[in-house]
Amino acid sequence: MSNIVIIGNGIAGVTVARHIRKRSSDNITIISSETEYFFSRTALMYVYMGHMKFDNTKPYEDWFWKKNKIDLVYDHVNAVDTQNDTLLCRSGKKITYDTLILATGSQPNKFGWPGQDLEGVQGLYSYQDLQLMEQNSKGIKKAVIVGGGLIGIEMAEMLLSRNIEVTFLVREKEFWSNVLPVQEAKLISDYVRSHHIDLKLETELLSIEDNGEGKVKSIITSKNESIDCQLVGLTVGVSPSIGFLKDSGIKTNRGILVNEFLQTNIGNVYAIGDCVERTYELSGRRNIEQVWYTGRMMGEVVAQTICGSPTRYEPGPWFNSAKFFDIEYQTYGNVGAQLNANESEFYWEHSSKKKAMHFIWDTASQVFVGINSFGIRLRHEKFDQWLRGKQSISYVLEHLPEANFDPEFSHKHEPEITQAFEKQFPHSPSLSLK
Amino acid sequence: MQLIRIIGLNLFLAALFLFLSLLFFSDYTLTKEIFQSKVKQEHQQRLLPAFENIIDKTYPNTFVFANEIKNSIEEHNSAARNQQQWDQVIYDDYVGTLTKASTQGIVVDYTLLLFLLIFGGGTLGALLFILPKIGIEVPGIKNNNIFHDALNNRGWIGILLGTLLISFYILLYFYDAYVTNWIILVEPLKKLINPNGDSSQWFLYGFLYTFAVIVMGIRMLIKYRHSNYQMVRTASVMFFQLAIAFLLPEILVRINQPYFDFKNMWPLDYDFFDAWHINMLTQSDGSVGLFMFVWGITLFVVGVPVFVYFFGKRWYCSWVCGCGGLAETAGDSFRQLSDKSLKAWKVERWLIHAVLIFAVVMTGAVLYNFITGTNSIFGIDTYTYLRKPYGFFVGAIFSGVVGTGFYPLMGNRVWCRFGCPLAAYLGFVQRFKSRFRITTNGGQCISCGNCSTYCEMGIDVRWYAQRGQNIVRSSCVGCGVCSSVCPRGVLNLEVKEEEDRFGKPILIGNNGISLQK
Ligand SMILES: Cc1cc2nc3c(=O)[nH]c(=O)nc-3n(C[C@H](O)[C@H](O)[C@H](O)COP(=O)(O)OP(=O)(O)OC[C@H]3O[C@@H](n4cnc5c(N)ncnc54)[C@H](O)[C@@H]3O)c2cc1C
Repeated sequence: MSNIVIIGNGIAGVTVARHIRKRSSDNITIISSETEYFFSRTALMYVYMGHMKFDNTKPYEDWFWKKNKIDLVYDHVNAVDTQNDTLLCRSGKKITYDTLILATGSQPNKFGWPGQDLEGVQGLYSYQDLQLMEQNSKGIKKAVIVGGGLIGIEMAEMLLSRNIEVTFLVREKEFWSNVLPVQEAKLISDYVRSHHIDLKLETELLSIEDNGEGKVKSIITSKNESIDCQLVGLTVGVSPSIGFLKDSGIKTNRGILVNEFLQTNIGNVYAIGDCVERTYELSGRRNIEQVWYTGRMMGEVVAQTICGSPTRYEPGPWFNSAKFFDIEYQTYGNVGAQLNANESEFYWEHSSKKKAMHFIWDTASQVFVGINSFGIRLRHEKFDQWLRGKQSISYVLEHLPEANFDPEFSHKHEPEITQAFEKQFPHSPSLSLK
Repeated sequence: MQLIRIIGLNLFLAALFLFLSLLFFSDYTLTKEIFQSKVKQEHQQRLLPAFENIIDKTYPNTFVFANEIKNSIEEHNSAARNQQQWDQVIYDDYVGTLTKASTQGIVVDYTLLLFLLIFGGGTLGALLFILPKIGIEVPGIKNNNIFHDALNNRGWIGILLGTLLISFYILLYFYDAYVTNWIILVEPLKKLINPNGDSSQWFLYGFLYTFAVIVMGIRMLIKYRHSNYQMVRTASVMFFQLAIAFLLPEILVRINQPYFDFKNMWPLDYDFFDAWHINMLTQSDGSVGLFMFVWGITLFVVGVPVFVYFFGKRWYCSWVCGCGGLAETAGDSFRQLSDKSLKAWKVERWLIHAVLIFAVVMTGAVLYNFITGTNSIFGIDTYTYLRKPYGFFVGAIFSGVVGTGFYPLMGNRVWCRFGCPLAAYLGFVQRFKSRFRITTNGGQCISCGNCSTYCEMGIDVRWYAQRGQNIVRSSCVGCGVCSSVCPRGVLNLEVKEEEDRFGKPILIGNNGISLQK
């Protein structure tokens, strides 16, 4: 029996463990220094906002691990000795492995701002960050969030739920406009403002000021404005958590470098999830993908490889989702912030300014390449099929009702959407909804 | 706006306080005239000696008075029993009638005024508290601070409310004379609907129940005003409770027809096959009673399988049923308290099916007795060993005291999940022969757990969603809240072809990877 050791009990580490367990009776150990049991990082905000208890974020009950013979070790790995296949832990414990899987996730970025280590300045990634945020936000009036991404907006929503005033510094022209096309970015920016958030666009952080007791007092922006606040949320992206691998001989760049089988330069060491940097290209995907789904898919893939059926990491068409306050967002395929030269687009927005759809297709071939949807739920299965099957934009529009995933009795917008399309593209063949 | 809400809350609490304190308001004098008009001729002689020192004496509260009456009757009865004079024992329930007739004071003098103050003021207060939310909050899921709240998370308010509710049910079922003032309070309404009727504890209960469903239904409509599914469903339970469960039966009685709730059905309606009930329906004037009898049978024989096949169990449990109606309106704030553990699921399956079997056996025996004109089956006295225990343990304790009293402690569907035999029956059909399922959306689940947290039936929805598998569970009442609270658009209630409704657990993702069961 072989010893499989996994560092990291996030979605990546836990998925690989479960899938190996389904296929083999090898010893499986998961090590983590964050929490004893797997919890859903994506639900951290709901705990703070009182939608859930921390216990509710655990996808499996505590007895699950023992029953499935997955050993959990609550410890931190300080170093990996790849010569002797041994891990050195903070507690002094040494753990040997036959196969090692690194699933260590990310850490919030800090860019060396003056004052970034003051009390009251924090990121939001871990369970400990959540506890810190509880502490830091107790009794305060005002907070500043730096960085207009998904975690930033979650943090803003969290603070608002406790009636804390929020100023939001965003470097880009509109909220998240480095990812979203400008139409959607503007829609969301307006929506964010309607929640009484002071959204400062094209504004960066210069420094964080001390109140004389080591606590944050205010911040200075790139426009030389000083803003009083008692909490600063730094949400300017995350980077792979790989510091402890420095002298291990495992090759890293920004992340842990892996081949198509998610194998590192050391034969019996694999890496999955947020901490990975792919050395090979996959069209429409970045080399580091810090999303939940990537961790899950990589976990499924490596489990197959380790259990004797080598499998390449070949994720299907890109998908993702988020929620901006009350507006749900889903995306399938590739919708870039900028339209590529070979592409055409069609953008529809509902009069409520809470629903929108953005279609992208290849102009020459008419092949559909991606969609952003706001406020309307779409069926993943359908879009996955259509993207893989290289369906045309008119096919997608005509079959849009089949992909609607909104609850019963919801208002249906497909006729309006297709009409708007025909109006904007009068020369394309007329559409009939299927 | 917040000020209006605070005023509303205080107004509501004042009305509640007045309502509660009403129990202590009256004094009681049993006059000779009342005694003679309320006690049957043949009993008057027998009871008079025991009542000698009660008559014309004034008592300061209902507890002392009702106990005195009860003891006096009991005194007479035990004397009769001791002398083996069985025919002298009195079974009529005089405690309630005499207490009601002997009540004096402001509750009797100002009944209508108090009614308006309490229920008008309570409604106004509740609405002032609820309605401004429209202006304060944009539509959408607003579960902020639920787990920080002493009401919603088994804090002191929750425990207090639970205690109140449990006490209320115990008084209602077992000590109705103690709540006589409340029964008198709703008399004006009873007379309005049915001038010849007298208010009873059951009318009081029906009214309070409907009141709660309507007022809290309005809260639900506002809370979910972004979701047509939730609004339609809520409006539906409000309608069925108000029109079909509360008003229609009263009106039927007014026009000399049998009291009948057209949406209630066996085995939830466990006395449907009681001899007195069958007789009442089949021997009433005209054919209406007979129609009711046939309707009641058709509903569970044909209605259940057909509707569950096409729509799922939800057509009843979260669109029509009264218990479901209360759970979905007044109970909505407590849905997060249901137990999601695997253990709870095991307990659920044992318990609910045991109750179903109990209901079937009990009903079978009762019907057998009715048809054969006997009182026992296999030598067992049906009433004493089956019908009465069922009424007590299942009808009163489980569905009432525990089912509703424990809302703030164990969630709003304790009865529906662990006890309701009709839910068990509907569940069978839903599990094995239905087009209904909750679909999960490819690979979009992020395992956040909102769905499981807010499932009132304690289904661990996430367990299915995160492996991309459809949810087909007998207990699912189709309230749709899992879908509403999902922040990633993963869950949807659907009716489609029966084939493949369980779905293979597939998560859309890497090429060539599919999950094995
Ligand atoms: C607030 C928030 C919201 C998010 N929302 C979404 C979302 O809606 N959708 C989405 O797709 N993604 C979301 N993400 C991103 C997503 O959560 C991550 O991509 C995903 O959790 C990464 O999983 P992982 O298993 O790779 O790593 P992690 O979940 O980070 O797990 C790694 C674990 O390894 C532990 N670890 C690291 N080094 C060591 C060591 N040396 N010794 C011991 N233990 C170690 C860490 O403490 C951690 O517990 C969100 C992230 C955050 C922070």
